[in-house]
Formats: sequence, structure tokens, C-alpha cells
Amino acid sequence: MSGQEFIKALPWIALVVLAAFVPVTFSPYWLSMATTMAMFVVLATSWALFSGPTHYISLATAAFFGVGTFVTGLGFQTLPFWMLPLIAAALGGILAALVGMVTLRLSGVYFVIFTLGLAELVRQVVTWVQNQTGQRGMYVLTSITEKDIYWMLLGLAALVYLAGWLIGRSKLGFALRIIGNDETVARHVGIDTALAKVALFTIPGMAAAAVGAILAPRYIYIEPSTAFAPLLSFQVVIMALLGGTGRLWGPLAGVIPFTLLWEFITRQAPNQTLLLLGIVFLLIVYVLPGGFVGLWARIRRRWHQGGDA
Amino acid sequence: MFILITGLLLGGTYALIALGLNLQYGVARIMNLANGELLVAGGFAAFWAYTAAQVSPVAALLLVAPIAFAVNWLIYRLMLQPLVSRAKSRGALEVDSILATFGMSFALVGIMTALFGGGYFNYAYLAQPVDIFGSSYAQNRLVAFLLAALIGIGLWLWLSYTRAGLRLRALAVNPASARLVGIDTRAASAQAFALGGAVTAVGGALISMFFTLDASVGVLFTMKALIIVIMGGVGDIRGTIVAAMILGICETAVARLIDPGLTLAAAYVLFLGILLFRPQGLFGKKPT
Repeated sequence: MSGQEFIKALPWIALVVLAAFVPVTFSPYWLSMATTMAMFVVLATSWALFSGPTHYISLATAAFFGVGTFVTGLGFQTLPFWMLPLIAAALGGILAALVGMVTLRLSGVYFVIFTLGLAELVRQVVTWVQNQTGQRGMYVLTSITEKDIYWMLLGLAALVYLAGWLIGRSKLGFALRIIGNDETVARHVGIDTALAKVALFTIPGMAAAAVGAILAPRYIYIEPSTAFAPLLSFQVVIMALLGGTGRLWGPLAGVIPFTLLWEFITRQAPNQTLLLLGIVFLLIVYVLPGGFVGLWARIRRRWHQGGDA
Repeated sequence: MFILITGLLLGGTYALIALGLNLQYGVARIMNLANGELLVAGGFAAFWAYTAAQVSPVAALLLVAPIAFAVNWLIYRLMLQPLVSRAKSRGALEVDSILATFGMSFALVGIMTALFGGGYFNYAYLAQPVDIFGSSYAQNRLVAFLLAALIGIGLWLWLSYTRAGLRLRALAVNPASARLVGIDTRAASAQAFALGGAVTAVGGALISMFFTLDASVGVLFTMKALIIVIMGGVGDIRGTIVAAMILGICETAVARLIDPGLTLAAAYVLFLGILLFRPQGLFGKKPT
């Protein structure tokens, strides 16, 4: 890292350090809010790392997340807690690689459809296995507090940002930008497009599974229908797109307002959350293509043009 | 034998729904992920007609079809055509239409929950059994299958032997060339999308005769229809029908022999096989 890059990174490092003080300064209500935000920051940012450059819409988040919660549910009594997110990340990465190998050779539609049902598929299989073994839901009773969860998620978020920054300047990141612009061109200049996409897809897989493992103690009781709730995948997509996927900070800009809005709506009109989700989806497509990142770029362009004239 | 016949009966209605989606995706090039919600809306309409006005679901079809046609035509004209005109490539249109129809599907679920509540709904129409080859089946399943077959055959004849059908087939093969021979692609796309939506809604009304629906079950049908369309090949009517029958039989077999909770898993196994070995569809040719 050169000196100039370090100066550029400085505000971000400061932001992470500041965010680390949330649990000791704010009330439990805002801590719980901040934890939810941290969770979605990790999920949406890692989602955008893959879907931003490739334009493949992944709806697999809930499946990875659920796998993570089950790792904790099954292992927290026998293994030290710090190992669980690592195991979950490994499993999530493997699942992502398998899904990627099957679908990423083909066009984007196959990928969307396959991931759309993935969480439901894993849920059906897990439920079936539980029925066979006579097991029901699981209690996850640990000494881990909301503060610990928040700090772990914050650390994970920092890791995801670091990974995104490193990929951006690596050969893989360069290859992915070419694939996103024109896959045929990418193939002709000798990029193994399928391999690059599969490699990148393991990142959201690992991150989402790790988040699931970390958050499991928060739920206390785990059962397949809550662990694999498909809604999570859509929330992640919407937050990432609302913020915009072109920049690393984009998803963060989407997560904060959407989490607040979602909280407000679930309190005021709990039956209308789906309607809200649908409206925001439509807004992004028709009014805000490119999300806040795109809007910011347009404002800056206009600003500069105004300066010239 | 029981599994085979039940599966075929189920597959008949699946085929109709998938034909609707295939018209929308194969001809109008819109990947409509709100398809399942329109199906549920069709089912709601039949339910409402039967319980509130004592109209038989078969007669309700005469009402459901034109309304669904009009609604889908408006959806295409107002919401999807702007996306088609602004899209720079097929890929960009695909991403846009996927997101837009996801939005519509969530909005529709929200609206239907507000109108009808979140509960399950079903009604008893022709619930008496009939005997075929020694086992008994519900009459409503048989009626739904026969109607689905009738509509499917009608649709196939229309597409194969009329000028309007020929227009849609030309559009499905190549939109750019279709324009060159004087086809108004915009009007034809809107027509195909509306027709597909009407067929799906009719399929929903048929399904509601023997299947318990609720406001949020649509996505499951979208999933199944998508798997059938991909399995049968985009734009391929014969393939769609065969694929729907295979899915119907597979699901029934898994539900009967292993566990009723694993039907989607069964569909996924088929889907995986297709993706790995024949991504171009059962009867599709290998792309060169």
C-alpha cells in the first residue's frame, strides 16, 4: 500500500473505529438496530462484490445464511465459538462453488432461477432429515451478548471491504470488469470466464454463511422455516441495488435508509412490508437505475458541466 | 398406476401455466417472475365467483380470461415497454425485467394479502370421486385436466394455423427479422404477453379447483413453471407439455413414496439434470 492509498483508506479506517464504539455509547434499542445494519452491510456488500461486476442476480443469500445458523446450532456445544463462523464460511464457500459450477456456465436467467429456489430446496431437505431423525428445532443458548455479535459482524464487514478492495486491484477484478462489459470479448482475450465467476461467487457464499453462524445466538431458537426464510435474499438484493453496486460504499448507502424504513413500516403496518419491498424494487428499476451511486455520479457530472459553462 | 395418472392430471395444469410463461418469455422476451402471482389472482377470482356468486369455476373462466388478458396487456404497455425501449442489449433487458417483475410480484402479494387476508382458501367443487382403472380420483382434477388439455390444444392450433399465430412464431424466432417482414413487433409482443398472462390466470383458476392456495404461494408456481419452460426448451410447445408431464409424475411419485414435503426438491433434481446435460431443453438443438 502506497502512502497515497493509505491516506485514501484513512476515513474508512476511522469509520470502522467509530462504529466500534456504538455498543458502549447507545441504548440497547439502537445497538440492536446497529447489529441488524452490520449484518446487512456484510450481506449486501459481499453480494455486490459478485453481482456488481457480473450483473448476475443472486438470490442464494438465505440458503447460505441458513447453513451458517445450522452450523452454530449443531456445533456450539462441542466446539469453541470462534471456530463456528470459520466452518460455516467453508461450507458456504463449497455450496456456492457447487451452485456456481452448475449454473454460471450458462446465461444469467438460469442462475437467477436456480438461486431463487435454493433456500427453499435446502429447507425442504433439512426438514426432511430432521423428520427422519426425529429432531425438531434447536435451542442455541450461549453466553454471547448482542455486543459480541455486533463486534464480530463489524470485524467481518471490515474483512469484506478489505477483500473488495484487494479484488478491485487484482487481476481477478480486472477480468471481472471485462466479463461484465462483454463476456464474448473476455473469452476471446483468454479469460476463463466460468472459473472467474465461480471463484468470485464463493465470497458472498462464505460471508453469508459466516453471518448466519454469528447471528444464531441472537435467535435463541432455530428451525428450518426461520433459518431459511427466502425474504432475506430479497432484502439483500434491494439494499445493494438501492445503494448501487458500482462502488464499494454503495451497499452501505442502501442498507442504512432501508433498514430504518423497514423498521418503521414493520411497526406501523406489519402487513404492508411486502408491498413496500415491491414498490422499492419498482422505484429502483424505473427511477433510480444504478442506485445512489448512479445518482451521485449524475449529480457530480452535472456539477462539473455547470462549472465549465 | 395411481401415481402415473395423478401425475398426468397434475401435469396437465402445469403444462397450461408453463405455456403461459413460455409465451411471455419465448415470444415477448420478458422473464416474468410475477407469473405465479397472476396465477394466484386467477385462482382468487374463481374462488370468489364460486363462494360469493355461486358461479361454477368453469363458467368463471369466461370472465377470468378476458380480464387477465386486459390487465397483462396494460402491464406490458405501461411498465415493460419502457424497459424494452431503453435496454441496450438482451442481457440488460433481462436484468431489468427480472427486477421489475420481482417488484410487481411482491406488490401483488402485498395487495392480495390486504384484500383477502393471509389465510389459506379453497372450495369444494365436484369433489366426488370417479373410478379409473380401479383407483378413484377426484372429479375436479379430471375436469381441470380436460379443460387444460382443451385450451392447450386450442392454443397450439391457433399458433400453428392462423396468421396471428404465425406472427407470434416469427417473433419468437427472430425479432429483428420479424420487423423486416412487416410485423409490428411492439403490438405482437404486447399481444403475446397478454395472451400468456391470460393462459396463466386460467391455469390458476383450474388449479384452485383442487389445490389450496394462499396469497404468498405464487412464487412456488413461478419456480415450477420456469423449470418446465427450461426443461422443455424456450418457445417449444411440445417440449413444454412433455416436461410438465414429467414434472407432474415426478412430484407425485416423490410425494407418495418419500415425503410430501420434498416436491420442490424433486423438481430441482430434474432441473439439475437439465442444466448439466441438456441446457438447451429436452428437444432443443445444441447451439453452434
